[in-house]
Amino acid sequence: MGAGIGSGLVAIGAGIGIGKIGGSAMEAMARQPEAAGKIQTAMLIIAALIEVIALFGVVVCLLISFKS
Amino acid sequence: MILIVIVTSLVNSGSAIASSSDGEEFNPGDMIMHDIQDNHIWHFIDGHYGTLYLPIIVYSKEKGLEMFSSSNFYDDEHKIVDYNGYKLDHNHISIANSEAHVYDISITKNVAMLFINATIMILIFMAVAKGYKKNVGKAPTGIQSFFEPIIIYLRDEVIKPNIGSKYERYLPYLLSLFFFIWFGNLLGLMPGAANLTGNIAVTAVLAISTFLIVNFSGNKQYWGHIFKTPGVPLALLPIIVPVEIIGIFTKPISLLIRLFVAISAGHIVILSLLGLTFIFQSYAVGVGSTLIVIFINLIELLVATIQAYVFTMFSALYIGMAVADHDDH
Repeated sequence: MGAGIGSGLVAIGAGIGIGKIGGSAMEAMARQPEAAGKIQTAMLIIAALIEVIALFGVVVCLLISFKS
Repeated sequence: MILIVIVTSLVNSGSAIASSSDGEEFNPGDMIMHDIQDNHIWHFIDGHYGTLYLPIIVYSKEKGLEMFSSSNFYDDEHKIVDYNGYKLDHNHISIANSEAHVYDISITKNVAMLFINATIMILIFMAVAKGYKKNVGKAPTGIQSFFEPIIIYLRDEVIKPNIGSKYERYLPYLLSLFFFIWFGNLLGLMPGAANLTGNIAVTAVLAISTFLIVNFSGNKQYWGHIFKTPGVPLALLPIIVPVEIIGIFTKPISLLIRLFVAISAGHIVILSLLGLTFIFQSYAVGVGSTLIVIFINLIELLVATIQAYVFTMFSALYIGMAVADHDDH
């Protein structure tokens, strides 16, 4: 059961992180539409980094659930 | 297109329900671990002709160097038998009735995938170079027109700003790194293909090569920053120096773990969602899970490209930090 709660918390963490990045990216693109391409590229890269950390947590939870 | 999706998902659920009537219990953990890990045979379809039996090369002090096909380990019902004194147990070869150590340097699924990846890279880049030589001064055509903008984008946006004036020495390594990881990721997503960059040994070698290049090309300023950080009062140095030394090692380790986890976890998620059909044994779950799996496969394509880009960008950043010669502080 700990693995289940753990992966839920991991999803919350990743959701908050990517949500904040997405929010600031939207706002920045609205302020300056010419820079939209650069902002979108940077946003995708940072989202991938945050997602990897979330996947660390998912892998640990899977290992726990298969070992017990 | 929608018809194909629906038919695929119905076939998926049909086979799941049929196989469960054998009486065996379906264990998703075993199936996932079996598909992610390396294997001595390449299993395409169930049955004798759907499996590619890869060669096994083992070296041990007692029996010397031996090479044979892995089909010798399997009899007609695809069960594992002993062969010639060797025993196969969960992809681990050992000598029967003995505890001697066996060096297993066989061509496993991941090694075969590596060779395929290298062959594809050599073919593509020989074609690109030939096109470049032929079209000197003119607009690029053919396959060169696809890869040349990518190479120029990497050189101008990622490598040159990070490394500075000495970027040409590191350009071949960083470009090969990007395309190797990119093709490896994309090949791993195809059905029936092996999971190349999701193998921790492969990513470890990539991280170690970045580590060696960074540390062998570090100039005096780089090592000075680590052992005698400027601007730090003497009392704090015993704390700062060990942290910096650990920092030399954690940077490649973070590269290693990032690539391995991103690709492996993607594969595990796809396999788990496919396994949902087998657990629930119903047609509705089959359709739903096939749709979700298609969607997540498309996301994994994006992740494949982004992880290759991030690995190359961080390598360029670390090399840039090592060879920088700024004397403003």
